[in-house]
Amino acid sequence: MSTSVTASPVKNTAPRLRTPRKKHTPGKPKRNVLLTVLMALMAVYTVVPLIWLVINATKTQSGLADSNGLWFAHDFALWDNIRTTFTYHDGIFGRWLLNTLLYVVLGAGGATLLAVLGGYALAKFQFPGKRAIFAVVIGAVAVPATALAVPTFLMFSKMGLTDTPWAVIIPSLVSPFGLYLMWVFAAEAIPTELLEAARMDGASEVRTFFQVALPLLAPGIVTVLLFTTVATWNNYFLPLIMLKDPDWYPLTLGLSAWSSQAQTIGGDVIFNLVITGSLLTILPLIAAFLFLQKYWQSGLAAGSVKE
Amino acid sequence: MTTLQPPVAAEPRPAPPPAKGDRRSWTGWGFIGPFVAVFALVFLAPIVYSIYLSLFRDQLIGGNQFVGLDNYTRALQDDAFWSAVGRVALFLAIQVPIMLGIALLVALALDSGRLYGKSFFRITIFLPYAVPAVVATLMWGFMYGTKYGLVGDINSAFGVSLPDLLSPGWVLASIGNIVTWEFVGYNMLIFYSALRVIPTSLYEAAEIDGAGQWRIISSIKLPAIRGALVIATIFSIIGSFQLFNEPSILRPLALNSITTDYTPNFYTYSLSFNGQQHNYSATVAIIMGVITMIVAYAVQLRGMRKGA
Repeated sequence: MSTSVTASPVKNTAPRLRTPRKKHTPGKPKRNVLLTVLMALMAVYTVVPLIWLVINATKTQSGLADSNGLWFAHDFALWDNIRTTFTYHDGIFGRWLLNTLLYVVLGAGGATLLAVLGGYALAKFQFPGKRAIFAVVIGAVAVPATALAVPTFLMFSKMGLTDTPWAVIIPSLVSPFGLYLMWVFAAEAIPTELLEAARMDGASEVRTFFQVALPLLAPGIVTVLLFTTVATWNNYFLPLIMLKDPDWYPLTLGLSAWSSQAQTIGGDVIFNLVITGSLLTILPLIAAFLFLQKYWQSGLAAGSVKE
Repeated sequence: MTTLQPPVAAEPRPAPPPAKGDRRSWTGWGFIGPFVAVFALVFLAPIVYSIYLSLFRDQLIGGNQFVGLDNYTRALQDDAFWSAVGRVALFLAIQVPIMLGIALLVALALDSGRLYGKSFFRITIFLPYAVPAVVATLMWGFMYGTKYGLVGDINSAFGVSLPDLLSPGWVLASIGNIVTWEFVGYNMLIFYSALRVIPTSLYEAAEIDGAGQWRIISSIKLPAIRGALVIATIFSIIGSFQLFNEPSILRPLALNSITTDYTPNFYTYSLSFNGQQHNYSATVAIIMGVITMIVAYAVQLRGMRKGA
C-alpha cells in the first residue's frame, strides 16, 4: 500500500479528542430538502430489516406464517419468545451468550492490548527490523483469510487446540488494522518531549508507558476496542471451522445451527426463536455503538487517510 | 467475512532518533514483541504450512507423498473452481461499484452541510455494520421468502408475483443486496472521515476562484480522498473474493440455487471439511489468494497513478 498517511506534526500537547468541526463551505450552506429526502430513503433501506426483526420477534411460530411481515400479529409473544429462547434445549442460548462474551473479552481485549503496545512501539521507538515488521504485517493484511483458515485448523488440531475456546481466541488476538490505527493515533497524541521528560526523571520505560502514554491514548483505544469487539462478536467462519461441540459455540454459530435445524428430518422448526435470538444478539452491539459514538468517530478521524 | 479495513500506507512520521543511541534501540521490541509473536503463529506459520500442504498428497497406498505441482495442475483444470471464480468476479464487478458509489454519495451528502438531521443519518446508515453476517443473512433470507417474508406480503397485497429471489437466477443479486446492506455504512464512514480532514483553506481558495459545488467536489474532495477510495475498493474486492458467510447461511433456504462450490471459499471449505481433501483444498486457497493479491495490486497501481 502506498498512500501517504500524514499525521500532522503535533504542536499542541493535548490529544485531539474530537476533530474540530469545520465548515466545509464558507458561509452557511443552505439546507436542502431534496437531499434530505434522498438520505431518508437510504436510511429506510438501512432500518427496514431491523424493524422487521423487532416486529417479528413478537410473533409465535404460527403467527410468523399468518401475518404481514411488517405488522404485528394478533398475539404479542415477545416475552414468551425471550423466555423460550433462554430455556430451549436446557438453556443453551445463555451458554452461547457467555461463550461470546468470553471470546470478546479475551479475544478483542487481547487484540486491543497487543495493538496498543505495538502501535506505541512503532510510533515512538526506533528498533532493528521495524521496517520489515511493517512490510510483513501490511502484506499479510492482503492475504485472504480463506487461504489461512484450513492450514490454521490443521495446525491447531495437531496442537490439540481445536474444539477448545483457544482455537477461537488465539487467531482473534491479531488485528493489523488495530495496530495501524494505534500507530497513527500514538504518533499524533503523544508528544515525544513528554516521554523524554519522564525518562529524564528516571521513570522506567514500563512506568512511562503506563503513566504518560496510556492516558493520552484513551480515545484511540476505545476505537480499536470497538472494532475488535465487532469483529469478534460477529465472527462466524473461524468458530465454524474450529468448533464441533455446541457447548463452545458463540451466538452466531448457534443461531445458524437453529436455523438449519428446520431442514433436518424431524427437526424442530423454531424460526420464532431464531428471530428473537438474532434480536438479542445484535442489541448489545448496537447499544455500544450508540453510547460510544463520539469516541470511535474521533479515533477514526485520526486514522484518516490524507494526501 | 472479513471486515474491510483501511490499511496502511507510508509511515506517519519517522520517530526522532533515540536520545541515547543503542541503549534504547531494542526497547521497542519489548512493546511490539507480543504482537509479532502471535502474528507469526496465526499468519506466517499457516501461510508456510499451506504451501507445504499444496505440494503433497495423502494417498491410501504410500501415505503422504510429495507430488510437486500436481495439485496445482489439477486446480487449474478444475471447472468447479473456475466457475466459482467467475461467479465472484461477476459479483464484484457489479456489487462493489454499486456499494462504493452509494457510500460515496452518502458521505458527500453528509459532508456538504446541506442535510437536516446529519448525525441521525450518519449513525443510522452505519448501524448494519454492528449486525453479524449470520443475523443479516437470516433476516434478509426470511424477508426474501414467499412464506414468511415481505415478498409474499407484497405479492398478496398487490396481486403481483415478484420473482423468487432465492431462485438460481436471482440468488447472486440477493446476496449482493445483503453484502451491500452490511457494508455500505462502513465504507461511508471511511470516506466521511477522510473528507473531514481536508484543510478548510482549500475551500476558501475555491470560493475566491468562484468554484461551484460540483467543481469543489470534482477538483478538491474526490482527489483528496483518493487514497480512501482505493483502499475501500481493494478491501471490497478482497471481501468479494472471500465470499462465504452469506451463501453458506442462505443455503438451507435455497438448496437448489446455492451449491457447496458456489464460491471459491465455499469450495475450499467443502473440500476440506466435507471431503477431507486438505492438500487440494490448501492448493485452491493459495491460487485464490494469489488471484486476489494480483487483482488488489492492479487496482492499487491503477488508483494511485496521478491524474488517473
